[in-house]
Amino acid sequence: MRADRSRLPDVGSDPAFRFPFVARHTLHNGLQVRTVEHHTVPVVTMVVQVDGGAVADPRGREGLAGITADMVDEGTGSLNAIEVSEGFARIGAEYNVDVGADAMCFSLTTLSRFAARGASLLADLLIRPSLRESDFDRVRQLRLDRLRQLKDLPPAVAERAFLRLMYGEHPYGHLPIGNALALGALKREDVAAFHAARFRPSRATMIVAGPLSHDGLLRLADGAFSGWPEVSTPVDVCAVPDADQAASPTRLAVVPREAAPQSELRIGHLSARRNTPDYPALLVMNAVLGGQFVSRLNLKLREEKGYTYGARTEFDWRRGIAPFSLQASVHTASTADAISDCLAELHGIRGSRPPSDREMFLAKASLTRGYPRGFETAQQVARSVAQLALYGLPDTYFEEFVPRVNTVEAADVIRAAERYIDPARALTLVVGDYQEVAESLRPLGLGEPQLLPADV
Amino acid sequence: MTEIALSFTKRTLANGLDVIVHEDHHVPIVAVNIWYHVGSKDERPGRTGFAHLFEHLMFEGSEHHNAGYFPPLQEAGGVLNGSTNTDRTNYWEVVPTSAIDLALWMESDRMGYLLPALTPARFETQRDVVLNERRQNYENRPYGVALIAIAAALFPDDHPYHWLPIGSADDLRAMRLEDVQAFFRTYYHPANASLTLAGDIETGSAFDLAERYFGELPPGPRPAPVGGTAALTREVRLVLEDRVEMPRLYMAWLSPHMFGEGDAELDLLADLFANGKTSRLYRTLVYERRVALDVSAYQSSRELAGFFLLVTTAAPGQSLTDIAAMIDVELRQMTEVGPSESEMERARAQAEAHFLYRLQTIGGFGGKSDQLNAYNVLRGDPGFFQADLSRYREATTPTVRDAAGRFLGSNQRVILSVVPRGQHQLALPGAEPVFVS
Repeated sequence: MRADRSRLPDVGSDPAFRFPFVARHTLHNGLQVRTVEHHTVPVVTMVVQVDGGAVADPRGREGLAGITADMVDEGTGSLNAIEVSEGFARIGAEYNVDVGADAMCFSLTTLSRFAARGASLLADLLIRPSLRESDFDRVRQLRLDRLRQLKDLPPAVAERAFLRLMYGEHPYGHLPIGNALALGALKREDVAAFHAARFRPSRATMIVAGPLSHDGLLRLADGAFSGWPEVSTPVDVCAVPDADQAASPTRLAVVPREAAPQSELRIGHLSARRNTPDYPALLVMNAVLGGQFVSRLNLKLREEKGYTYGARTEFDWRRGIAPFSLQASVHTASTADAISDCLAELHGIRGSRPPSDREMFLAKASLTRGYPRGFETAQQVARSVAQLALYGLPDTYFEEFVPRVNTVEAADVIRAAERYIDPARALTLVVGDYQEVAESLRPLGLGEPQLLPADV
Repeated sequence: MTEIALSFTKRTLANGLDVIVHEDHHVPIVAVNIWYHVGSKDERPGRTGFAHLFEHLMFEGSEHHNAGYFPPLQEAGGVLNGSTNTDRTNYWEVVPTSAIDLALWMESDRMGYLLPALTPARFETQRDVVLNERRQNYENRPYGVALIAIAAALFPDDHPYHWLPIGSADDLRAMRLEDVQAFFRTYYHPANASLTLAGDIETGSAFDLAERYFGELPPGPRPAPVGGTAALTREVRLVLEDRVEMPRLYMAWLSPHMFGEGDAELDLLADLFANGKTSRLYRTLVYERRVALDVSAYQSSRELAGFFLLVTTAAPGQSLTDIAAMIDVELRQMTEVGPSESEMERARAQAEAHFLYRLQTIGGFGGKSDQLNAYNVLRGDPGFFQADLSRYREATTPTVRDAAGRFLGSNQRVILSVVPRGQHQLALPGAEPVFVS
């Protein structure tokens, strides 16, 4: 039978998929454990998520959570950093640390037959890291040097300046790596105190995913982490103060980068929390506007105008109020035109160009129909469950996701856009050749730009 | 030792299209992956960047779907992408099982019927997009053009690896639509392609679908193979000034082609020599002497040739010349004594684990469908997975030492110093300036 090329083939109804069941357990010391059976290849992933990421950095000690998380695998007991790394390598393990705004995430993926060894080493590191002075000194210097290097990397410069302009002095206003002044003043004792206060079973969640029964997965966690002592002295809970929505009256900011061939753009403002009931509407709204390849923004800036290799919008979710931002790196000569197009798209989604039926269908279908794809590997599953724990979402979240997104209608999207997207108070940040673009920015009506250094 | 395998069935359609099927029913999704055996190696000087620009045009529409390729596939819950390297261009979709017909219809339509949909406007816009890709990933990125300079120094002007797939901006601007049409006719047809379907699909029905959508397409002539010889008989020292804070050193050697003798050994050597905290150079340069911020290495093995690349960034105030001397001491140790038995054990354990990790995903870059096509196109055998793994299992201290001795000599390499603008003196002595536009 030859293909009928007069029309695209129909797509059948969505295949059934059983989302993973998440079992919850609590160890004697209070450590919350969530297990997920994942029977594919013999690989186990363990994630230990410790509460308090960059947001837990005390004022003037920005970068403390980041360096503490980094110090964890620098040694434990009689093992130095090289020997720890050797221990992981011998079991073919992949160890990763990810410090975000709200939490520090330590993950280990290894072959099933080495899972107990991997868990045991991971526990030693998290519970009893050596935190030696000489290691601290070396790691801090590497991070200071990394900060210097980031000044040359336009996306990093933009992210750093954008957070600063969004949040000001709020704890969300800095990157997890911190700043040179604070990092330079940190002492080993700060790291030890931070570790003692934060790395506690009652402030952590462990997720184990792999081809074992829930009991077997729980035994892995219990065998390694039941010896993590809970300290009874109370610790201050890391409350996130609300950020002032109007932290910065600035509408336009520029980080000059002489002779840059492109301008790195960020346009946005503080917007919503991850746990808002409007989350599904925001997801659909973002998909229409800039969250996928076929979004309005990418089709306009890339596919119609050729100004950029890609443009998108996103919510940088966190427990507290999160920024919404548009991101693109555009040809220097097209900078002002691109900004103007971007702002027009932000206006449009609020009602002057409501999402069409077709756009709504496309956005919802792309979010829902491909959803099972994210459950292929143990690592994907473990990380997804860690997100549920981070934001306090229910274990039924995965199976409820598709129906919830499918209830979103165009009116919900417009309402969400009106409430959470506002080009009138959006900040436009340009990391680029200021001399070249300055004149062209004037007609945008965003006022005099605030000029910032690359390491604000 | 865990037995690990990548099962498959292969057939070749009458028009020459190789079809490979792998079943994996864990998640209701199917990966469609196509390799065209064409890459930047098939370009000519003055027309570089062509294969990659062409890849972009494949997403803009075909005769029977004369519009972008993303909307129908995303609407079906699929993801899709493509990439171009020196040797091949690949395209893939991962779709829900229910959308397999759609993905195959679209892939076959652009294989058979691309040109009627190719307008000058689409061509020009995508050329602008690619110029912006080049600005974003190369020109506006610290150290971003270093590899362009290295490829040009390792391989002579007429060698197919003298340039990178991104090409030169001038060449991209000089391209015409007629060039695109000739290129399509030469390289984009069933006899120069390999299709893999992996995932939630029955083998029998997968072959039926492949026949239904691709069987009607006419074969084309097999393109003439390209080749070239490269040899380095001295140490070439270059310096590139860039907008960077810290000087960085790149050392590059010509090395075996993919699957060639010594290829797996150099891959293992890269890890135990320079990757991760356990590696010799990390320990020496970053951990103990603290003269460098980072160090890494890889064996870049391609179809016609390979190169081994070592990269390290100097810590503030440290001299690249001193660092190069320390590397040479370690290198001599490696070529004379070789890795210890314990290092080899560790490296083999890591390789073993990585082969297993590679079996976790069906689609996308590096997933099982991509691997089957790689083995099929570059080796003529999709079943090469286990033999590939054996290359690593069988490597020993003497074979790694011999590969190091044979390929990583100090008088047969390119050393590029990338230094902050205006600080030429931070480069290795005698380095010649290079410019990348």
